[in-house]
Amino acid sequence: MTEPLERRAILSGVGQSAIGRRLFRDDLDLTCEAALRAIADAGLRPDDIDGIAAYPGPVQGGPGFSGPGIYEVQDALGIEVRWHLSGLEGPGQIMPVIAACFAVAAGLARHVLVYRTVTESTAAADTGRRGIGAGSAEIRGFGAFLIPFGAMSAANWLALYARRHMHEYGTKREHLAAIALTDRRHAALNPAAVYREPLTMEDYFAARMVSDPFCLYDCDVPVDGSTAVVVSTADAAGDLPHPPVRVNAVGTALGKRPVWDQWPDITTMAARDAARHMWSRTELRPADVDTAQLYDGFSFLTLVWLEALGFCGKGESGPFVEGGSRIALGGELPLNTWGGQLSGGRLHGFGFLAEACRQLRGECGERQVPDCEVAVVGVGGGPVGGCMLLTR
Amino acid sequence: MAGFFRPLPALEPLTAPFWRACRAGRLEFLHCPRCSYFVHPPRPICPRCRQGELERRAVSGRGVLYSYTVNHKAWYPGQEVPYVIGLVELAEQEGLRLTTNIVNCPPERLRIGLPVRVVFEVLNDEVALPLFEPAEEGR
Repeated sequence: MTEPLERRAILSGVGQSAIGRRLFRDDLDLTCEAALRAIADAGLRPDDIDGIAAYPGPVQGGPGFSGPGIYEVQDALGIEVRWHLSGLEGPGQIMPVIAACFAVAAGLARHVLVYRTVTESTAAADTGRRGIGAGSAEIRGFGAFLIPFGAMSAANWLALYARRHMHEYGTKREHLAAIALTDRRHAALNPAAVYREPLTMEDYFAARMVSDPFCLYDCDVPVDGSTAVVVSTADAAGDLPHPPVRVNAVGTALGKRPVWDQWPDITTMAARDAARHMWSRTELRPADVDTAQLYDGFSFLTLVWLEALGFCGKGESGPFVEGGSRIALGGELPLNTWGGQLSGGRLHGFGFLAEACRQLRGECGERQVPDCEVAVVGVGGGPVGGCMLLTR
Repeated sequence: MAGFFRPLPALEPLTAPFWRACRAGRLEFLHCPRCSYFVHPPRPICPRCRQGELERRAVSGRGVLYSYTVNHKAWYPGQEVPYVIGLVELAEQEGLRLTTNIVNCPPERLRIGLPVRVVFEVLNDEVALPLFEPAEEGR
């Protein structure tokens, strides 16, 4: 196998802003805080940054969803770049990170700042969280076949997937709960997590339903916060103040048919295509992975990622996570060690990436996975999915 | 029928015939005469054989409940909940599905595989939505 080009990239720095509910701070302010921390973490100065990328850029979305665009951030930081990009469509919310790997591999830039910023908690402070299309008179595009029927949230769209998974494979709500409870146990060890108090199975089953089988604890928590990473060319690895995080392989494939309700097998998702693609680009195997950081915008998505990445067989994720010991710290596959989005907050994919970097660098303190050498990050749900395999 | 305000699907060039057919009481999809594939959501060419002469074809309106969820959360202030969102697979083609509402069905009857048939909810002079209700087996 020719060496995949992404191995010419490293993740040289990671930084996060304050993360919390209703911070009432501007998204650009949070972004600059995270960016300056990531740049300093990489041992660089802002003037060393010569590329910038973000998900998703200034698109239309729910309030607080998009964060600042790259022009604003570049201007605020006073930097000049040789490569830049933002966008909504791509292999998961980590799409600009993957793109930055290829930008540095191609020599377009040496150090790319990539960020994802959300202020969805502050934005919903006055209105509560609204559904997609709520208040619109008319719906265009793919939502026209969903929203008029009251399917106004990914919670609804994915609840349909989850119930089908339960029907075909015997997956139970206790299995969804295992993700929520494990995340919460891990969040207790993460001072930056939003929800850290203990969560029991009784609490889980007493929670109100959102869209069955999803209850409140199956759905991630809107927060305010920014995560930034610096993607650098691998030949800068020796200059870092800490061990580099190496990019081993990325998964970017997308199969047929990426339409929410026409996906041929709704018990799986784009995650399956991205994961297969990633494993085709590496000699490493699922058994080599020391920690998995897998998207949990809804608990069910983590089950799908576990199957997609081959940690268990198709349909076997329920028994795999049952009881939670296998996926807890100390188990064979410590999962979402920062608390995931369910307890750490909805940083929209980038919280998983930050945690993978910190685990590989051995900086996680009480929640550190011993001898962590290989971490996988899988991000996205439904027709959106991308993954990265990172090594120390 | 619905306890909530339904935003209208926009009448775009590709999709308007679907909604107008529903308004006329017919469930119609684009269909490829060459490879006999129903194409939904509407696309300009057949994604299987890539030819562009798609025709409109009515279907029986019969299908089965492929999955469902009872939505309990109000997505805007005042929305009446709960209501049932169903994913219905039409009888004519495996994988030809509609996201819809299941109506005239007590919650305890909901099950994957439930036979259903279309009913239309009129929204205005041009648009009706295809909803589904339980159908007797084999009828």
